[in-house]
Amino acid sequence: MKPRGARELPGWADWALLPALNLVLALLIAAAVVALVGESPLQAFRLMARGAFGSQEGIGYTLFYTTDFLFTGLAVAVAFHAGHFNIGGEGQAYVGGLGISLAALHLGHWPFWIFLPTAIAAGALFGAAWAAIPAWLQARRGSHIVITTIMMNFLASALMTYLLVNVLIAPGQQSPESAPFPRGALMPSARALLGDVGLHFTSTPLNLSFLIALGACALVWLLLWRTKWGFALRVAGASPGAAAYAGISPGAATIWAMLISGALAGCVGLNELLGSQHNLILDFVGGAGFVGIAVALMGRNHPLGILAAALLFGALYQGGSELSFDMPHVNRDLVVAIQGLVVLLCGALEGLLRAPLAALFARFGNRDRAPAGD
Amino acid sequence: MTNPAEAPAGAPPPALELLGVDKRFGPVHANRAVSLRVAAGTVHAIIGENGAGKSTLMNIVFGYHQADDGEIRIHGRPARIRRPHDAIEAGVGMVHQHFMLVEAFTTLENIVLGAEGGLRLADGLAGARASLERLAADYGLAVPLDRPVGELPVGLQQRVEILKALHRGASLLILDEPTAMLTPGEADQLFALLRRLRDEGKTVLLVTHKLREVMAVSDRVTVMRQGAVVADLDTRSTSPAELAEKMVGRAVQLQVERTPSKPGAVLLEARSLDLRDRHGIARLRDVSFALHAGEIVGIAGVAGNGQTELLEVLAGMRRPDAGEIHLGGRDLVSCGLGPRERRALGLAHVPEDRLAAGLVGAFPAWENALLGYHHRAAYGTGPLLSPSVAIAECGRRMETFDVRPRLPRLRASAFSGGNQQKLVLAREIESSPSVLLVGQPTRGVDIGAIEAIHRRLLQLRDAGKALLLVSVELDEILGLADRILVMHDGAIVGERPGDGASEREIGFLMAGGRPGSA
Amino acid sequence: MKRRARLCLFLAALLAFITGARAAAIQPAVVYDFGGKYDRSFNQSASEGMERFKKETGISYREFEITNAAQREQAMEHLARHGATLIIAVGFTQASAVERVARRHPNVKFTLIDAVVDLPNVQSIVFREQESSFLCGMLAAMASKTGKVGFIGGMDIPLIRKFAMGYAAGVHYVNPKDQVFENMIGTTPAAWGDPTRGADLAKSQFGRGADVVFHAAGASGLGVLQAAQDAGLLGIGCDSNQDYLHPGHVLTSAIKRVDVAVYRSCMDALKGDWKAGHEVLGLKEGGVDFSLDKDNRALITPAMLKRVEQARADIIAGRLKVPEYPGS
Repeated sequence: MKPRGARELPGWADWALLPALNLVLALLIAAAVVALVGESPLQAFRLMARGAFGSQEGIGYTLFYTTDFLFTGLAVAVAFHAGHFNIGGEGQAYVGGLGISLAALHLGHWPFWIFLPTAIAAGALFGAAWAAIPAWLQARRGSHIVITTIMMNFLASALMTYLLVNVLIAPGQQSPESAPFPRGALMPSARALLGDVGLHFTSTPLNLSFLIALGACALVWLLLWRTKWGFALRVAGASPGAAAYAGISPGAATIWAMLISGALAGCVGLNELLGSQHNLILDFVGGAGFVGIAVALMGRNHPLGILAAALLFGALYQGGSELSFDMPHVNRDLVVAIQGLVVLLCGALEGLLRAPLAALFARFGNRDRAPAGD
Repeated sequence: MTNPAEAPAGAPPPALELLGVDKRFGPVHANRAVSLRVAAGTVHAIIGENGAGKSTLMNIVFGYHQADDGEIRIHGRPARIRRPHDAIEAGVGMVHQHFMLVEAFTTLENIVLGAEGGLRLADGLAGARASLERLAADYGLAVPLDRPVGELPVGLQQRVEILKALHRGASLLILDEPTAMLTPGEADQLFALLRRLRDEGKTVLLVTHKLREVMAVSDRVTVMRQGAVVADLDTRSTSPAELAEKMVGRAVQLQVERTPSKPGAVLLEARSLDLRDRHGIARLRDVSFALHAGEIVGIAGVAGNGQTELLEVLAGMRRPDAGEIHLGGRDLVSCGLGPRERRALGLAHVPEDRLAAGLVGAFPAWENALLGYHHRAAYGTGPLLSPSVAIAECGRRMETFDVRPRLPRLRASAFSGGNQQKLVLAREIESSPSVLLVGQPTRGVDIGAIEAIHRRLLQLRDAGKALLLVSVELDEILGLADRILVMHDGAIVGERPGDGASEREIGFLMAGGRPGSA
Repeated sequence: MKRRARLCLFLAALLAFITGARAAAIQPAVVYDFGGKYDRSFNQSASEGMERFKKETGISYREFEITNAAQREQAMEHLARHGATLIIAVGFTQASAVERVARRHPNVKFTLIDAVVDLPNVQSIVFREQESSFLCGMLAAMASKTGKVGFIGGMDIPLIRKFAMGYAAGVHYVNPKDQVFENMIGTTPAAWGDPTRGADLAKSQFGRGADVVFHAAGASGLGVLQAAQDAGLLGIGCDSNQDYLHPGHVLTSAIKRVDVAVYRSCMDALKGDWKAGHEVLGLKEGGVDFSLDKDNRALITPAMLKRVEQARADIIAGRLKVPEYPGS
């Protein structure tokens, strides 16, 4: 009856094979581009892989970037399960960073283990507040969240530039940056944490935020799949009709999902500011909010998938840096192009290979299995 | 079964001949070596349950799908049909269940659409007008050519579709479930039209799951089951019971036996419900009725006359503009109770559209078994949700309601229509309600499952529950309801006792006729 | 100025000759900021200085363009570990990264452009952009027929305010009643690369009566200059000499010799004269200036030139104080 429904892939192919094929295709095209500028694609990929995972430094940076993408990817996924496309991770992360910075500048002298939850709460609160505006507009006024979150990104940028230039700028300073955070407010680095247990790890920006991001993965999973509230949220996202039928308010689901989404995005500052920059700077998010969209798409909006996708993008970022260090013809723009190809094929065009793959499965798949149902 | 290869010599070639057409969608074997022969100048019906492969077969003939194997011959010539355009070229026209019309365009523009003929639209329109007027005269197919199609009643829209196919030179007309949206009267008019088309030399292929239609209009009938042809019969020499048995593969009771009802106290009462939609159009007008324990009240009406809105208002999905709904001694409207609170008061609801409201297709069956009841303490302490409890319970319900396959983790959209409906029914009945609202309980459900669902509803009635049954299938209302309310244009226009109500009379009321003038 | 450059060239050639055998005595590297090395503005200017150094000495250099904030530190760390002896960080945003990496690598020299870090192995070079802007403002006021001139900045940050204040002061020095319109391109780093928006803002300022518009907006300024040509009015270029882009329509350019600073830093390092500390390059040091060449000579009358040259002399002599944005 439904040919479309019949053209489905086995779960493992949908979750693992398809993303892998997309990635391979993206890398093949990237290889062609690298070859075009006169470098060896094989050598380039070797450099990238070694750069991302071949040394403690590489691993440190890879996981550092992964942390950002985990927060923003989870943010996109939570909103997605409620049926909304939150493009505003960038702005929410930026404003969340303001909350974290204010906490660090004013409460940084508190004992760290009391300060840390406060900083997380501050980042989450500020990020959530920034997401609340488009959420409210969507729920009560029907303004499309895609449009409003994009616009909120610009507003966040304007607000932060204004605050950094006029209010938060360190006195006697030319550069629009806040004063450095007090030492006690800084995230313990991976080097310090591992050093405490007697392991040596080289100095990288990798810090405690990575573990917080992993915790966020578990928390999001628990929330969405193991609470009644998460169930209601997913129903509202998957079927507005079923939500109305079940007595689930779509407006409330929208607002709650966006608040959580914004709170997750708001945590990027933990990693970037408390973990790496150690003061508030302009544009510290650096596109992580947008990469989060690709991470969520590629990770099928599931925390485990997001973890894998965030790791991939972290590796691409770190491997890409390494590539532009070592290959004179591979400049920054080419690295961005390679990352862009992965985003394009694994995110935007993830359905590209679906139909041919499904046809292949139909041809060689198990023919004797009876259709489900009668 | 006749063998298509043994055509009598000298007769005109069949309008359509299928030889061993085979089609798979992944693991689903949709058509199994189907051979079929439709004689020119006949009305030929293809009947079968949902999922029997009728629609797939027609989609192959019309070029939406390609067969994996087999041959199609049209008027004796082998045809290669790769897309609808090829089918139209070969003289095949198709009228879909859901019309393919642009509502804002006039009839004429719709018919010309896609066959404009040259750059200047005016030339094409003028030429088309002349030929359409000729066609209309030949077949008695008068339709207003210059009115926007959206303004026409459904029956006329269907004629526009037929006219469109004829205008493109169709000699073989395929109609897919053509009466789904029609009143009984409109359906009768359609049948008359189909006979006339046949008499004028056209061939009509009618795809349906309604036995009544086959018996009323077809010359020959092909029965399909599980993708294969199981019988090819002369309509005059068969009976509904035989067709049903062939469709299902076992003897089926078309009419479930029921005992007289013993109505008790009033459980639910609607008083003067009024509702306007966003555009200010009245959807419910002064609707009042009472629902007693131990009875089934049927709401008969052509789709779109306020039944959907009535169910939504009663279930709490929409607020009426005026009126009261009394349940358990409270007015649900003034208390502002939503679906969740109403469920707590014992009001269960099987929604009309199970895929848009009753189920979340992408969720597994066990999660769907929670829908609307997920906040209950039985499913987990506090805010937590315990899948193991819900999965076990879902498994038990699947057992009780004979849902197949018995896989609580399978997503809802993978079940057949009948099994989906059983999932919904199981959820709503197992919540032990005192009042059950049921919308279109057997839409898209196979005959075998219909029987089981009807039995369930009657059991519930006999257990002293009150049921409100909304259905566009008049047969279903007549077979189950103890009282029948007829709705037309948002108002209840008549009430008849279930026993002894005549289909003709109810149909007349459904179409807006005044009682007494029939 | 010219003489000085020629002298440098000569010295460089000489040095290159002498040190040819051990050319890799120093290993310079440069880290550009978000704009990238082809921004036609100060990153590009830095790149030109490096190219000049390479051409004259035959010493190659490494470079890195960052794409996110964390890469600043990563790039410097990487370069420091892999043998760079002099790392030039272009742009005020690099300050904190320089500070951290410089602490960890006390034997590596760092030259920071546009910001100040006080460490024994960091040389901080900042420019008195307000001085060249002041002179450009004077020229704008003298060239304007309407008494209205415009300023278009990239982002509203202290560096750009420095430009704006100097410009406005120059305008009012010539004619206190002149009006100065001021607009910013945007609030994100994208503001440095949006010529369309630059052209739109310039058109709007022309529409309000301005007939000379000065930009300090990186690549976005290219749109400003294009709009000036389209309107038949005047634009003023920034950072590098942009007079040649639309001859006859670019009144002058406020030049910031990042290239000279970068080049000199490398040469000093090569000669062993490199010194940590704080360097401020203004008109006096030849670090900033306004441009005058064949493309704009016809636009600047002898009277205008005389007045500007007088002001330049006064500023260099300290007789004329150009207002300064606090903090710089």
